[in-house]
Amino acid sequence: MEPSTGDSRPMQGGAPTHDRTSASPPALLIRQAFPSARPMGGELATYHLTATQAQWSMAAAAISSDAGNRPESPSRLIALWGASDADGRPLASAVYGLADGLLWVDLPLDPQSRQYPDLSRAFFFAGRMQRAIFDLGGLRAIGADDVRPWLVHARDADARSPATDYPFVRVSGAGVHEIAVGPVHAGIIEPGHFRFSVSGEKVLRLEARLGYKHKGIDARYTQLDPILAGRLAGRVSGDSTVAHAWAYCMALESAAGIELPPRAAWLRALMLERERVANHLGDLGALANDAGLAFGLAHFSRLRELWLRESDALYAHRLMMDQVIPGGVLVDLDASMVPRIGQACRSMAEEVQRLRAIYDEHPGLQDRFRGTGTISTALARQLGMTGLAGRASGLGRDLRHDHPGQPWSALSVHLCLSSQGDVAARVAIRFDELLESLRLIEAIASRLPPGTHHRALRLPQGHHCGAGAVEGWRGEVLVGLEIEVKGDRSRIVRCHSHDPSWQNWPALEHAIIGNIVPDFPLINKSFNLSYAGHDL
Amino acid sequence: MASGLAGQMLAILAALALAPILSGWVAQCRAWLQSRSAPPLWQPWLVLHKLFLREVVLAQGASPLFSAVPFLVFACMVTACAIIPTLSTDLPLSVVADAVALVGVLALARVLLSLAAMDIGTAFGSLGARRDMLVGFLAEPALLMVLFTAALGAHSTALASMVDVLAHRELAILPSLAFAGVAFTMVSVAENGRIPVDNPTTHLELTMIHEALILEYSGPHLALIEWAASLKLFAYSCIGIALFFPWGLAANDSPLALLFALPILVAKLALGGAVLAVAESVSAKMRIFRVPEYLAIAFVLAVIGVLVHILLGS
Repeated sequence: MEPSTGDSRPMQGGAPTHDRTSASPPALLIRQAFPSARPMGGELATYHLTATQAQWSMAAAAISSDAGNRPESPSRLIALWGASDADGRPLASAVYGLADGLLWVDLPLDPQSRQYPDLSRAFFFAGRMQRAIFDLGGLRAIGADDVRPWLVHARDADARSPATDYPFVRVSGAGVHEIAVGPVHAGIIEPGHFRFSVSGEKVLRLEARLGYKHKGIDARYTQLDPILAGRLAGRVSGDSTVAHAWAYCMALESAAGIELPPRAAWLRALMLERERVANHLGDLGALANDAGLAFGLAHFSRLRELWLRESDALYAHRLMMDQVIPGGVLVDLDASMVPRIGQACRSMAEEVQRLRAIYDEHPGLQDRFRGTGTISTALARQLGMTGLAGRASGLGRDLRHDHPGQPWSALSVHLCLSSQGDVAARVAIRFDELLESLRLIEAIASRLPPGTHHRALRLPQGHHCGAGAVEGWRGEVLVGLEIEVKGDRSRIVRCHSHDPSWQNWPALEHAIIGNIVPDFPLINKSFNLSYAGHDL
Repeated sequence: MASGLAGQMLAILAALALAPILSGWVAQCRAWLQSRSAPPLWQPWLVLHKLFLREVVLAQGASPLFSAVPFLVFACMVTACAIIPTLSTDLPLSVVADAVALVGVLALARVLLSLAAMDIGTAFGSLGARRDMLVGFLAEPALLMVLFTAALGAHSTALASMVDVLAHRELAILPSLAFAGVAFTMVSVAENGRIPVDNPTTHLELTMIHEALILEYSGPHLALIEWAASLKLFAYSCIGIALFFPWGLAANDSPLALLFALPILVAKLALGGAVLAVAESVSAKMRIFRVPEYLAIAFVLAVIGVLVHILLGS
């Protein structure tokens, strides 16, 4: 049964309506099981509910079986985290993506046992999230196979577990040996450790160990004022600052129940696409360089630099940090800049197309790209991949396309999709998205609605939850937020920033299997996942 | 014996001084071809100067071999440069070692570096050593075949007499040498760790060949190895020039002849370096398992060169 894409989806603005007959199967099931579930306000329809342990497992089973049974199903787990509610009681939270919006399930836990039912059997990549939840808050998944530490490396301070050498999974056999890489690398990149089990040059298994950039973002949120915390959200992963800041602001606006001024949403979209363009330009150059073609790096670096300088001219910040603020955006776009933006987009598109022709016709480059680090559509679905890497493996999900709130509904975003799943496909998707983003930027700039770019946010009294999800350049960035306002004092009860790298890091480990060691940097770069956004 | 002493000394000094400049020239050309602003020509000399001023940091458990190898490898490369007719064919040292010995000297340097890389016991050292050996055992036979093609014409494996004969024939493209030339170019690219076989500028430790070998070296040790690497490139360029473009070499030790030979050598090296930079800039690095195919082609071309010489006598 194909979920209808008609007007039955509860969407942003006004009171969402739901037509039970056209909802996706898990959504229907869940709504029957949780008759009290009602969508929260805000851009994206989000059903927020508090579950019992049985309901928690039932929701996971329904969504994972729907994802497994219907190849085109959009049902998926997006984020999983642990927190404390306003009274300090432990909570496990999961956010699922459904055809008609998000489903946010909170599971209050017994403060003594601090246990919740395992989700890693239903969702492959949930295992690491559960390990992180234990590291950060001591909440344990019952029945999880893998209980090794994940984000926090030295835990001897609180004596929950002794600081021992991390037990990597060992591969044994004749001629098998290990190569340990990192966390300090030969280039200036983020820290992460990779343990390869190889036989000659062939990789039998790769296991990553992350967490070197752990800094306690979720805990830090709770010490900050809800309005100011947007600045922290914008620093979760520097290359996705707009996406993370927007997701946070969307969550806060949804919690406060305010509607964003249309112009502000359009200006945010403009910045989000600018961010996508800048990152894709950088990656396309780096990908050629990792294949030994420094020519590509030189030219894409030049284009990226021009682009960042243009961002600097528009926003006085090359990466547009702190430009997305609760209630709107910091600076309005001057009408006189519109022709300049259009001109920049057109000349950029022209140059990118010329470089694309060079890439496409370069036999050496294509030989390195094609068939390297392949993830089939079936495997991608099993791994729960998201975003750009998912679209390169045939998972046609894009929040801008699937849940087109403002301004996406007016722009009809083209979904860039490939089913090859190799490095070449991830390169092709980057080129496609880059050109699509340039088109979108020009369209946004020329069709900006009039009105204010910022509306002061007044937080309503009491407890409020809100969620925000934005299709950043890597994939869907999600923020789940609960605020408490008493009189003129407001605080964040809990807040979690989720980066799509959580889903795709395990996919990278599968992509390298059977490839040769020297192809790993290329495959890694074709994913280009965030360490900071993952390590939180 | 003493007749060619000045020429011999000048050849060694020229090699020591010009080798880093040649590497700098190739880097400069590559930068220009990528529309980047280029580092100065003498950048490798600045790097060597910096490295010589630094202290040596030895890995834990390094044996004396590890510290000795930079000097041995450097000595090998100086020897190689000394027996190649770079400026004149009147070389006293060339009677000491012929073309086969030259290949042996280059192979000795490779073995020493690989042993030193494995001596430390890091994954990257053994990885690099393994890959370097893979390249080496396929490249050396091809190089020998190329040299034999030239030796057949000269009826001698002594480099100086080979080049002497080649320089004094009339200007014509010999089919055997054409095959050998292509094979030699392919082997030189592989032996010197240039794109498409290896990337000398990479920072990706997992893809390195030569850089992985020397990852643990620092300070003056690293300087010697870097200098030796540029001497190797210089040596290969000079073999190529001597065998395939030998015109302009001094036949005796007269100061005037040497004075003319030096600018001709520099001009040829500049041209060769520019061609290398173009070839590197338009290519991507190939998968490591394509390298055996690549070197097998070089070997077959070299063998064809020998056969053509035997069959056609030219």
